[in-house]
Amino acid sequence: MNIVVCVKQVPDTATERKLRSDDSTIDRSANGVINELCEYAVEDALKLKEAHGGEVTVLTMGPDQATDAIRKALAMGADKAVHLSDEALHGSDALSTSYALSQALKKIGFDVVILGSESTDARTGMLAAMLAERLGVPQLTLASKIEVDGSAISIHRQTDYGYDKVEATLPAVVSVVEKPDPFKPRYPSFKGIMAAKKKPIEKIGVADAEIDPAQIGLAAAWSVVSDFTAAPPRGKGVVVNDEGDGGTKAAEFLVSKKFI
Amino acid sequence: MDLLNLDDRLTEDQRLVRDTAQGFVRDHVLPDVATWFEEGTFPARELGPVLGSLGMLGMHLSGYGCAGLDATSYGVACRELEAGDSGLRSFVSVQGSLAMFPIWKYGSAELKEEWLPALAAGTAIGCFGLTEPDHGSDPANMKTFAKQDPSGDWILNGSKMWITNGSVADVAVVWAQTDGGIRGFVVPTSSPGFSAPLIHRKLSLRASVTSSLYFDDVRVPASSVLDVVGLKGPLSCLSEARFGILWGVVGAGRACFEAALEYAKTRVQFGKPIAGFQLTQEKLAWMAVALGQAGLTALHLGALKDAGVLRPQQVSFGKLANVRAALDVAREARSVLGANGVTLEYPVIRHMNNLESVLTYEGTQEIHTLVLGEALTGVAAYR
Repeated sequence: MNIVVCVKQVPDTATERKLRSDDSTIDRSANGVINELCEYAVEDALKLKEAHGGEVTVLTMGPDQATDAIRKALAMGADKAVHLSDEALHGSDALSTSYALSQALKKIGFDVVILGSESTDARTGMLAAMLAERLGVPQLTLASKIEVDGSAISIHRQTDYGYDKVEATLPAVVSVVEKPDPFKPRYPSFKGIMAAKKKPIEKIGVADAEIDPAQIGLAAAWSVVSDFTAAPPRGKGVVVNDEGDGGTKAAEFLVSKKFI
Repeated sequence: MDLLNLDDRLTEDQRLVRDTAQGFVRDHVLPDVATWFEEGTFPARELGPVLGSLGMLGMHLSGYGCAGLDATSYGVACRELEAGDSGLRSFVSVQGSLAMFPIWKYGSAELKEEWLPALAAGTAIGCFGLTEPDHGSDPANMKTFAKQDPSGDWILNGSKMWITNGSVADVAVVWAQTDGGIRGFVVPTSSPGFSAPLIHRKLSLRASVTSSLYFDDVRVPASSVLDVVGLKGPLSCLSEARFGILWGVVGAGRACFEAALEYAKTRVQFGKPIAGFQLTQEKLAWMAVALGQAGLTALHLGALKDAGVLRPQQVSFGKLANVRAALDVAREARSVLGANGVTLEYPVIRHMNNLESVLTYEGTQEIHTLVLGEALTGVAAYR
């Protein structure tokens, strides 16, 4: 099975994240790490490969220095990587990103594309659906479990009442959510880290993927950041002194906020 | 909280090594280590295969299932393991640098095939016998003796003490006097006449197996002797392990500092967090400086080792300076936590007690001081 995992390098959530003052895009010069949900996507891809054979290719779109995410996915056990990197892609919004990635995916070829359901930087959560539409294949979103049987693919999607089982035929696009143990992403073993040094990383540009430059970048973005401002500091909380009626007061507070 | 951003100097791969070791400690060690310490146990048989599957055993060696990491990566991994517990790092140091390294460096092809893959996988556990009850800093006068009989077999008699992993080991690398100088022997612990009772009533490195080894006419074949003569054999192993220590203790010190910082920010006295008092800030600032300096020393010595130019006295410098710094940081952190600092609810006193052993083992601070004295003056004070 030909499995492609889309991964994204994002600014470390443990550090202060900023927007650039010149064009309001995310400042990617800070410490980059692999987006956490992408690690789950890699883990699911590796499990599929272990069960059904085939190959796991990592696809990322991002600046030249955004290689930490690729390295980690390869160290976890992915076989090879394609890095779509081009100055012309800077400032692409979700819509144009989905276009650029779909062009790269057509070039790579795939039976299943797996990606995290959202990234910690932009958090649009729309890419899987957009990619499926552009590629003309089924979308199986928010998967907590993936199963493949021949050309049939099915996922579990957690709901309030249990889970939905969603089925489709390959090829398909799957987005995955965070899962508890034992489905957490594996750590790269030290041998995996060393082996990753020898795995091929193919760097491609806009022309290689036959991407129309008019449909990407800041100029082609359908969404525009017109202004941004820092969130106001959190106000002081409400202190309820328990004078025998603490429970009632707490309940009244929750009612006033429409929690109960 | 690293004011110097030292980890920015690491490569992508070294950061992956760090993250894997951190993840292992977070998931497999921190939830239980205080209990291990309190009960005086270390689950070597359970953790061994996990450490092996992650490539942490013999990580800096190549071939035989070993990962083949650079020296700085090895150091970074030790730092993160020791941020969990010095006992854990001791297990990994002993397995990789003291048991596997001599077999890898001085063993025959058969010995390597027999032991290294299993030791790398963590399905076999190794230990290292140099120190004796009456010969610690002065191993040249060791009493354990090996005599070759007419069949070619070697017969070992004597005892060793303070041997990490001894009671759980499958194989011991044992150093003994012979008629031709000090030699190393690879001894299966199942050999008749070999015994390894636990040392009890320790108040330090409690989450670590420490044992005596006894050899009562232990017979090993000629093929089990290592291809090195004299003290340079065991000392070359210790130099490897000490390199891991000078990195590791930075992790132990950091864990104490982080606990103290967090505690200081949340502990309210006289109407404000104690982090807001100058006396506490001085302690925190001093700890951060000491750890930054120790981290810089480790990074520099890692670069020297990766360049292949690290000298033993430089390892002594790092072991002496960094263990001392970590122990001082642990004591200072303990005082920030007040009475809470003496309980196992916080990691501080566990690290502090552990570091008392680390200060002494693998070359006492006194011996490393004299090594530096000799390097500076050209005069050996201990010979």
